[in-house]
Formats: sequence, C-alpha cells, structure tokens
Amino acid sequence: MSVVPVSYYLVLSAILFGLGVVAFVFKRNIITIFMSIELMLNAVNLAFVAFARAHNQLDGLVFVFFVIVVAAAEAAVGLAIVIMLAQHRQSLSVERVNLLKF
Amino acid sequence: MSLAFILFFLCALLAVGGALALILSREPIHSALALILVMVSLAVLYLLLGAPFVAAVQVIVYAGAIMVLFVFVIMLLNMGAEEHTDFSKIAKFAGWPLALVLMLWIGYWLAHAQAGAAIGTGAAVEPASTPGLSTQLFRQYLFPFEATSVLILIALLGALVLARKEE
Repeated sequence: MSVVPVSYYLVLSAILFGLGVVAFVFKRNIITIFMSIELMLNAVNLAFVAFARAHNQLDGLVFVFFVIVVAAAEAAVGLAIVIMLAQHRQSLSVERVNLLKF
Repeated sequence: MSLAFILFFLCALLAVGGALALILSREPIHSALALILVMVSLAVLYLLLGAPFVAAVQVIVYAGAIMVLFVFVIMLLNMGAEEHTDFSKIAKFAGWPLALVLMLWIGYWLAHAQAGAAIGTGAAVEPASTPGLSTQLFRQYLFPFEATSVLILIALLGALVLARKEE
C-alpha cells in the first residue's frame, strides 16, 4: 500500500491556513472571527503532525498538544470577552466596536 | 490509487469544503458546524498520518469541548445572522487574490522545503507510540507542560472575572 506523500498534507495545511486568514479578514461576526483563528490553529496542527511524520519524531505531536491547550485557554477567555461585548453593545458585529478606532 | 489516497482526498475535500462553508455562511451556527466538520476530517487525516492519540485528542478536546463552548455561546447570545456590511473596495479586489497567493506561496514553500528529505516513500505508516509520546511530554517537555497548566489556571481566572456580574 503506497503512502500519501507528506507534501500533500503540507499543501492542504497551507490551503486551510489561507482560508482561515480569508475568514479572519472577511467575517464581521466576532465569534466567527474566533472560529477562523481556530481554523488557522488547526491548519498549523496538521503541518506539525505532517512534519513529525516526515522526520519520524514525536516532538511535533507534543507541540500539537500545546497548541490545543493554548486554543482552549484562548477560547475560554475570548468567549468571556464576547459575552461581555454582547451585553454592552447588543451586537456581535465588529463594526460596532469602534471606541478605540481612529 | 490506493485506499490511503482515496481517504486523503476525501478528507481534504471535506476539510476545504468545511472551511469554505465557514467563510460563506452568514449564520454563526452554520459556521460552527462547518468548523466541526473540518476538525473531524482533520482527525481522520491524523489517523492516516499514524498519530491515533492526536486524532483522539482532536475529536475529544477540539470538536468535543472547544466547539461545544462556541456553539453554547452562539446559542446563548442568539444574535442572529451576520450583518451585511459594505466591504472596502480593496478587500473586494485584493483580498481573494492575495489570499490565493499566500496559500500558493506557503504550500509551495512547505512542499519545497520537504523535497530534499526522503518523505513518504515505501514504508507503511507505523502508528506513533503513545507511551513514547507521553515519555517525551513528561520528560523533555516537562517545563512547558507545567507552564501550560499555569496558563490554563490564569485563563480560568480571567474567564471567571470577565463573566462575573458586576455588583
């Protein structure tokens, strides 16, 4: 059984990261913007696992765990901020949050 | 065309489709479900890459815990569909092409950086040993591991302080 080349995974990871960047820039809903960050982190995780496979080392997999932990912490704090924001502004649109905008 | 290739392209298609659905849907809940699709198909890809433990953690922690948190907040706030705003002209005409260039460039660079090493040839994928992984995590990466536990604690406190009702 032939094995899928690691470069395929890396290209898929790049595509997912690019789509994450697109979502981050285009979306106006702050929760969706958070989700696009998660998408980018996932893409990076895929690259980590692919590199770990390519070099036959486990360090990449350990890094994935750290990324997941940081993503969980970020989601917890970020969503708490989102709830505060929704209570104060009655909206989730980032266009409405312009107090610090020049 | 072996089974591994078919599975890879199926999951890659699902992942990219899910990411596109995340961008294109206006309802946040649809975006969240699309992201769960991406995460599950990535878990299958981790299995293909011979990392079963990472795949399990991906499903349990990412799709199971983090996304449930997202869905919970979306349901709690219930703010409805995304507002349609006028995009700036620059975003309209430069955004997608530049994103495409970024994707191609990163993909080319990543694939090219790997060209030198002998990758993915012949040998069947051997699953990464979970005992080896835990040894690595608790020996070589013990300090970062403890640091992440402190990070989690701080995040917990931060979320509590933020979500608290002000008297």
